[in-house]
Amino acid sequence: MLERKIVISDPTLRDGNHAVRHELRVEQIAAYCKAADAAGVSIVEVGHGNGLGASSLQLGESATPDHIALATARAHLKTSKLGIHVIPGFATIERDLKPALEQGVDVVRVASHCTEADICERHISFSRSMGVEVWGCLMMSHMISPALLLEQARKMESYGAEGVVFMDSSGHYIPDDVRQRVEALVDGLSIAVGFHGHNNLGLAVANSIVAADSGATLLDACARGFGAGAGNTQLEVLVAVLERLGYSTGIDLYKMLDAADLAEKILMKVIPTISSVSVVSGMAGVFSGFMRPVTRIAHEFGVDPRDVFFELGRRKIVAGQEDLILEVAKELAVRTVKGCQ
Amino acid sequence: MAQSKRKLKIAILGSGNIGTDLLIKALRSPELECGVFIGRNLSSPGMVKALSLGVTVSADGVDYIVRNPGCCDLVFDATSAKSHLEHAPILKKLGKRVIDLTPAKVGLMSVPSVNLVDSLAEINVNMVTCGGQASIPVAYAIGQTQTDVDYIEVVSSIASRSAGPATRQNLDEYIKTTEDGLKEFSGAKRTKAILNLNPAEPCVDMQATIFAKVKAPDIGKLSDVLKGLVEKIRQYVPGYEVILGPIIENDRIVVMVRVRGLGDYLPAYAGNLDIINCAAIAMAEEYAKATGNQHSERDG
Repeated sequence: MLERKIVISDPTLRDGNHAVRHELRVEQIAAYCKAADAAGVSIVEVGHGNGLGASSLQLGESATPDHIALATARAHLKTSKLGIHVIPGFATIERDLKPALEQGVDVVRVASHCTEADICERHISFSRSMGVEVWGCLMMSHMISPALLLEQARKMESYGAEGVVFMDSSGHYIPDDVRQRVEALVDGLSIAVGFHGHNNLGLAVANSIVAADSGATLLDACARGFGAGAGNTQLEVLVAVLERLGYSTGIDLYKMLDAADLAEKILMKVIPTISSVSVVSGMAGVFSGFMRPVTRIAHEFGVDPRDVFFELGRRKIVAGQEDLILEVAKELAVRTVKGCQ
Repeated sequence: MAQSKRKLKIAILGSGNIGTDLLIKALRSPELECGVFIGRNLSSPGMVKALSLGVTVSADGVDYIVRNPGCCDLVFDATSAKSHLEHAPILKKLGKRVIDLTPAKVGLMSVPSVNLVDSLAEINVNMVTCGGQASIPVAYAIGQTQTDVDYIEVVSSIASRSAGPATRQNLDEYIKTTEDGLKEFSGAKRTKAILNLNPAEPCVDMQATIFAKVKAPDIGKLSDVLKGLVEKIRQYVPGYEVILGPIIENDRIVVMVRVRGLGDYLPAYAGNLDIINCAAIAMAEEYAKATGNQHSERDG
């Protein structure tokens, strides 16, 4: 049988930054890059949790400025490619992207909310014209149907993306959701398809395997699942499972396990775990950043935060609609009172 | 007297969300008269709307004005930054006043509540950006009342549906122009602008959060100056409202504003359209009054 290849893209030093308020420092970046490089990880992503140019009072300031993080990673990645995450609206071509490319970035991943692919046009086509590898990323992808996801992915293809990654940003998918989407994308696109999983329902590895079995050729995963809340697909576990299934990732399992041990030791304050609230936010398909305000407001109104999450999910709310939490909590409080009468 | 004065003839270049909303506002203005509404495609929703309003339309772009220079005295450019760079020299040659609603930033950046008088002297003024119109008055008030303004950051959220193709293509120009405007009007050492397109349904109102790092925040002084500015803004954008602050949180000043639109072309959530268009109309009306006065002086 022909060996099936999977490219592993590792955002430990980018998505993981969410878990430590974007405080990863030069020594940590250097040490993990060395370890991931030695293990043979294909792509190592570095930066603020929300990507290039996103250090801000709104989202948290990076302890390590973009250019220093990139210089550090560049110096320690010999065989792994250096990747960045770029969200138009935060990062601009002139201020952020050009200087990053001059520092030797190999892979640019341009991301938007799943319905907004057209804001990526210029960043994708510019990066492509500079000769680097370019992927499009569609975040919160569970909020639209496979057909609509394909429509958005096609836009990214038309701008010049060489692949599209769909992200399970809320950790909502079950394997069949992933299969349907990968199949739709593989059928409808002539470029590669990738999947980025979150582990709220404990399915990140299983979902990633289904993605691979359905035709995805790139998978995102982080050492120890390092990421906000319940964390991402756990990289060393994924590599092990892929190996058992006969996929080749080019990764040395022992060295990957060592890299994950190192990541746990030097990067994390706490290892990602599936808390009860994570389960609920994943099930409801709600942005994980709502955890704190939902908990606080539910307490104020004397309602169950889990009910608030499910109602927010039903209303398909997205980041930036924090004001609706109040409204939902208030309504639930009224309903509770009526229910008692 | 005032009753007999001529209305100022205007043309609108660009038939997207901004241009079409501008048209509805211009038609309502006692000072303005729309000579022509110009797009590229006669069947676009904006053109169809203009036709239904009985306005002269053209699909020939700026060429229409070149061929019919009498159609207007003032041009609103609501196309894209790239297009305005082409239009600006052509319109200058024709001697047309220009109010530029793209982030091309060819002319003086203009925020009516702050620098109306200076702007009137210019032949081409730039309306910065929607986020700039919403946040610059706050940034200006911070610059006027605080010492050592190190950093100002503005995060604007607008409803996805209110952002047409040109807006989506111009995110980088939006950011650059907003950051430049914030810096110029506040004197801050560093500025940052972020724009979120929010796809939520029902659509979210336009909102902007302004953060500032200053040496020793003086909230009392800032509140006073801001109050006066907000009153001025509300004269041309009634839906402009401070919904939080100014407060100090984590050693930084925070002010949040919300802009609800008049619901002319897009529903009220699209305050981003209103704030830049109302500012542009206010500017044009001031020109109209100024030129009208000149006429009456000459006539008298």
